[in-house]
Amino acid sequence: MNPQRMELVCPAGGLPALRTAVDHGADAVYLSLRGETNARNFPGLNFDRKALAKGIAYAHGKGTKVYMALNTYPQPDIWKAATEAVDAAAAEGVDAVILADLGLMRHAADNHPDLTLHLSVQGSATTAEALNFYHDRYGVRRAVLPRVLSLSQVAQVIERTKVDIEVFGFGSLCVMVEGRCMLSSYATGDSPNTKGACSPAHSVRWIETDRGREARLNGVLIDTFREGESAGYPVICKGRYHVGDGEDTVYAIEEPTSLSTLDILPDLLKAGVKAIKLEGRQRSPAYVGKATQVMRQALDAVHANPDNYTPKPEWAQQLAGMSEGRTQTLGALHRAWQ
Amino acid sequence: MKLSLGPIQYYWPRERVMDFYKAVEAAPVDIVYLGETVCSKRRELRPADWLELADRLSAASKTVVMSTLALMEAESEQLALERLVNNGRYMIEANDATGLGLSTGKPFVAGPHINTYNAGTLKELADVGAVRWVMPVELSRDILAAMHAARPQGLETEVWGFGRLPLAFSARCFTARARNLPKDNCELACIDYPGGLSMSTQDGNDFLNINGIQLQSADPANLIHAVPELLDMGVEVLRISPEPEGTEQVIQAFRDCIEGTRSSAQAMEQIKGLYPRFSNGYWKGEAGMNWQESLSA
Repeated sequence: MNPQRMELVCPAGGLPALRTAVDHGADAVYLSLRGETNARNFPGLNFDRKALAKGIAYAHGKGTKVYMALNTYPQPDIWKAATEAVDAAAAEGVDAVILADLGLMRHAADNHPDLTLHLSVQGSATTAEALNFYHDRYGVRRAVLPRVLSLSQVAQVIERTKVDIEVFGFGSLCVMVEGRCMLSSYATGDSPNTKGACSPAHSVRWIETDRGREARLNGVLIDTFREGESAGYPVICKGRYHVGDGEDTVYAIEEPTSLSTLDILPDLLKAGVKAIKLEGRQRSPAYVGKATQVMRQALDAVHANPDNYTPKPEWAQQLAGMSEGRTQTLGALHRAWQ
Repeated sequence: MKLSLGPIQYYWPRERVMDFYKAVEAAPVDIVYLGETVCSKRRELRPADWLELADRLSAASKTVVMSTLALMEAESEQLALERLVNNGRYMIEANDATGLGLSTGKPFVAGPHINTYNAGTLKELADVGAVRWVMPVELSRDILAAMHAARPQGLETEVWGFGRLPLAFSARCFTARARNLPKDNCELACIDYPGGLSMSTQDGNDFLNINGIQLQSADPANLIHAVPELLDMGVEVLRISPEPEGTEQVIQAFRDCIEGTRSSAQAMEQIKGLYPRFSNGYWKGEAGMNWQESLSA
């Protein structure tokens, strides 16, 4: 018996990515308007109002849902832009908005009672009680869980909450509780919460030295790469540092790695997870297409026969080829990672 | 402006905690936040011990608030929080939405880990029952001024004035990782680091500070030079976060500055030897790690 299906939610940083996600089997795509109202505020990324209308028409024409993420915490100077973005989402007919900020949720609930609300991963809700708070107060129907709970904890939360649960299935791995990380602003002034940016490109400098290639973030040395070492983008949580009096430089927080739940999709289904999200609105359309295609095949296999699911080696290979640091982890879902 | 003492972020042996709060009874702070905010495995003090400490501080004329975990993962943590919310004597400081949900309709403090970035959110928190909000540490003077001016009536504003900044929380324990221990068998290693474990860059600069599942700034935030502006704005409460050394001097310096018996420059003289460096970059809307001796606009 197949109790339910898990929805495949794919990233769309622009129209080409949206089209390729839809064409490769996404059940839903998530996107953002340009500016500081979303957690992937990168140059050249995201939608203007016209592209949004086009994207919605394309997706809806093929039966795919569109969610709009407005998941930073707007400060007073961009409050107006943020509420206008919620209004635009409602006017254009998105299927849900993904919010984190309490003030914005109130705005949406009061002004657009028919607009479906999802709680962003940036909302940092990790317990049933927290999720129910958002449900009871704002009518939140779905929440994306921060990447901090073990699989059994995810199952426990689902048992006790009225909110549908979405989890990250593949992509970059936030080591910190999302919405609770100020490492980037401590070094650069910009954080996901304030500017929708982690380790903003304008603060990154690559410097060739005798010891190797230095990656600096606003002057802070995040890592030094010797010749032949693959040099990842310098985010603070994946740099190498000295700890205490230690002489060695170590990945004190986390190694460059990606999250992949390919192996445990049936467990997520049995736990009652309602949707699997692929990370990566900053990724190329080619990446989005490939990741969507692999996860589509995997989910179809799980739905067809959850008790006899074995991920095909070529799926794992394809995802591995797209991974940061070329290694993969279950992250917090696997207790030992913690 | 009142002075508050935040919860101890580190894991100290029971005796040390008791001695610390014995001294606090006589210290010139008005509000004391008690309890564990980082990790539920830290049990040198049991809930009943914290409440007993609260009674003692309360008898010494301190207003006591019970602080709560910033990251809730296990169901047992949620149940413990429920008991704490219903302790019947002391208000809690909610540090995540679990706390908001459980406190709905009761007076509480929205702690520094509740993401409060605009006046719309302030109104929501007040509607839920908040009587005070603590500004997220990454916000600037200008944002504070705008939000403080727009806050609902009866909602007090508190600002992080001194101490290592709580910058991030994770499911992973970085102290256990540094000791090559699994989190589930961490041997409560945090107790060996009363001021956390330093994390420095490859070129030898102190950058962050490991404190269990929390990462802090290496350099304590220090808003002593902002005290005149905070007074002008009418901010109600300024928070000192306990550090293993020098907390009494820091409290006294801020108290003197608030009361005008010392200028901020004079107060700074009293504490500047305590740490190699401080940070105050967030105050001016810059990288939090920056430090400027002069904060004039």
